[in-house]
Amino acid sequence: MTAGAVDKAPALPRAPRRTPVRTRLLRWSPLAPATVLLLLFLAGPIGYCVFIAFTDSQLTGQESASFVGLANFRRAFGDPAFRNAVVLTLVFTVVSSILGQNTLGLALAGLMRRASRPVRSLTGAMVITAWVLPEIVAGFLLYTFFERRGTLNALLDWLHLPTQDWLFTLPIMAVSFANVWRGTAFSMLIYSAALSGIPPEVTESAEVDGAGGLRRLWHITLPMIRRSIGTNLMLNTLQTLSVFGLIWAMTRGGPGNRSQTLPVFMYDQAFLKSLIGYGTAVALLLLLVGAVFSVVYLRLMREEV
Amino acid sequence: MRPTAPLILLAVAVVAAGTLTACGSGSGSDRNTVKVAFIKDTNAKVTVRDDYIRLVAKEFEKHNPGKKVRLIPIQASENDYYTKIQQMMRSPRTAPDLVYEDTFLVNSDIKAGLLRPLDAHVNTWADWRQFEPAAKAAARGQDGKTYGVPDGTDTRGLWFNKKIFRKAGLPATWRPKTWDEVLDAARTVKRKVPGVIPLNVFTGKGAGEAAVMQGFEMLLYGTGDNQLYDPASKKWVTGTKGFKDSLSFLDTVYKEKLGPEVSDALSPNIQTNVAAELLPEEKLAIDLDGSWLGQQWQKTGGGNPWPAWSTTLGQTPFPTQHGQAPGRVSLAGGWTWSVPQKSQQPDLAWKLIQTFQSKKNALEWCVRGAQIAVRKDVAADPRYLTSVPGIGFFTSLVQISQYRPALPDYPKVAAAIGEAMEAVTAGDASPEKAARDYDAALATAVDGKTVAKP
Repeated sequence: MTAGAVDKAPALPRAPRRTPVRTRLLRWSPLAPATVLLLLFLAGPIGYCVFIAFTDSQLTGQESASFVGLANFRRAFGDPAFRNAVVLTLVFTVVSSILGQNTLGLALAGLMRRASRPVRSLTGAMVITAWVLPEIVAGFLLYTFFERRGTLNALLDWLHLPTQDWLFTLPIMAVSFANVWRGTAFSMLIYSAALSGIPPEVTESAEVDGAGGLRRLWHITLPMIRRSIGTNLMLNTLQTLSVFGLIWAMTRGGPGNRSQTLPVFMYDQAFLKSLIGYGTAVALLLLLVGAVFSVVYLRLMREEV
Repeated sequence: MRPTAPLILLAVAVVAAGTLTACGSGSGSDRNTVKVAFIKDTNAKVTVRDDYIRLVAKEFEKHNPGKKVRLIPIQASENDYYTKIQQMMRSPRTAPDLVYEDTFLVNSDIKAGLLRPLDAHVNTWADWRQFEPAAKAAARGQDGKTYGVPDGTDTRGLWFNKKIFRKAGLPATWRPKTWDEVLDAARTVKRKVPGVIPLNVFTGKGAGEAAVMQGFEMLLYGTGDNQLYDPASKKWVTGTKGFKDSLSFLDTVYKEKLGPEVSDALSPNIQTNVAAELLPEEKLAIDLDGSWLGQQWQKTGGGNPWPAWSTTLGQTPFPTQHGQAPGRVSLAGGWTWSVPQKSQQPDLAWKLIQTFQSKKNALEWCVRGAQIAVRKDVAADPRYLTSVPGIGFFTSLVQISQYRPALPDYPKVAAAIGEAMEAVTAGDASPEKAARDYDAALATAVDGKTVAKP
């Protein structure tokens, strides 16, 4: 380090002329209100949130909150309900976002490129409708679909197939499917754009060389849209990690805590059990999980083929 | 940075803060409006409370010219309602002037400093003498001050459908002596009248405090004394046989399919379902429920009136576990009108409480809401005594009714009980395991103030 610094020393005079402070300030001044607003309304609440996470603040039943250090975090790691929520969150994210939305979105985008125009517009419209619906509306729709006396079981019954009480027996899968239904449109749009960016010559020449469909997909298409895959995965995952309304409307995290993902657990602790401090600490841990996923994806995107 | 830079930043911040807060200050309450927050049934057709409050508000506005009452009905399940009002009461900007508080929560909110003591007012209020001593204590804090005026109380027992009972060959004068007799009747209904749900006992987290009080504590208080809280040592009780037995009772009801479908039983809408559908449509034979059930079947209920309920449904006390003395169990609860600490119009709010609890309006509410009177003059009024069929029965339960521990920690304990019930009902844990988990959760909830009573 020191050696390097000494080596570099003679190069200093060559450094670009420093802009005077006054000019820099002037350039920044139009951005000042935005910066202040960001600090006030973005950094402010986040800072407040971090602060609350280290207190035993409650909605009710307590005279005044006090600073408790890492107690909330220690409590979370010792809490079987928290560990259960982490596992369910990972299951929910992997099944509904990475396997479901992402793969299905890519498949739909690929198929739609070959489909005839009417089929394409019809499918597109349907998928995007699911995306445009407000979360809570989608939640109730899917609740009535999966519910014991709901549409799905009516259909199965009509076909003389055994029915299944999805929201009760395997609620985490029911909410995962619901999230796939709702979120696939986003992946489809991203991949449609990415696929149309592949020059036709490349695909054609691969075809001339005798590459079959699967090989073309693996060696041409996927590597060429690698960056879109990364972006899509990251956005999807972060969005799925924080899904709350859909699960709340469908199962409220139950029965028991069989579909209690981290956001639902957090709400339950903070607002139903009135433990604002603990709930906020869980929120910070959720942020951490999201950060881990982001770092992984960012690394994947940076790597050159 | 030049020394002026922080100055510029500061100036901008001040200007921004000034303009932004200026936008907000207009939303504070004006001096002639009193805001009333209360819970609205999740079934939008049921408007018993809304109609009554509107009636009182109109009278208040007539007698206090220039004053306005703004109603803030909060349509939510009970748990969500509690959360909502607690959040509203934290800031003077959103705090209502009068709030409808469940007595189980009131001590917790008192400790949190969310409510205002009303002693100065009640002590000079002539009508306060009319209130039963137990009612006066309903919203008394640990500091001995009074934080709310109750508008009625309630008791609990078994409701049963006499028509279904006749089909099952059970007597219309049914009076079970033990838990087993309740279960046996349910089993008979299941065998002889298929398609009918034999017995509903509220359970799980969905129904919130309703499940804990109507469901669990009705069982637990019939297993022995002080099974939940030990007043002598001022500690919460763990490891009792009564707790496990109560969970086993629920386990039996839902394992043997004597109750509603488990997924329905755990849904937050179960209370509405029972009152609005299962009972009026005669799909439920026995219901362990509260005294107020008739309120929405009356003409003033607003929903689907069901005049035949008074002859179709019978009421009988819920027995103790093995029939031990006093042979019947009931719990009493109720709601109070309280004034939030951050209310902007506390004096106007007090005036409104007086209007609510004048003899005339208190009577009106007891009749409409199928409430058990807390004012002696209302309790003696002929209109009250003949108002709702069964009111005599439920009023007679008051003398044996027990109260939930009126302590700030109670809501947290109730949440832990809800989880134990849910785990057993959903089949996720045996009664023994759920009881052990409850003991652990309890220790966290009350900071280790527990005592084992095996």
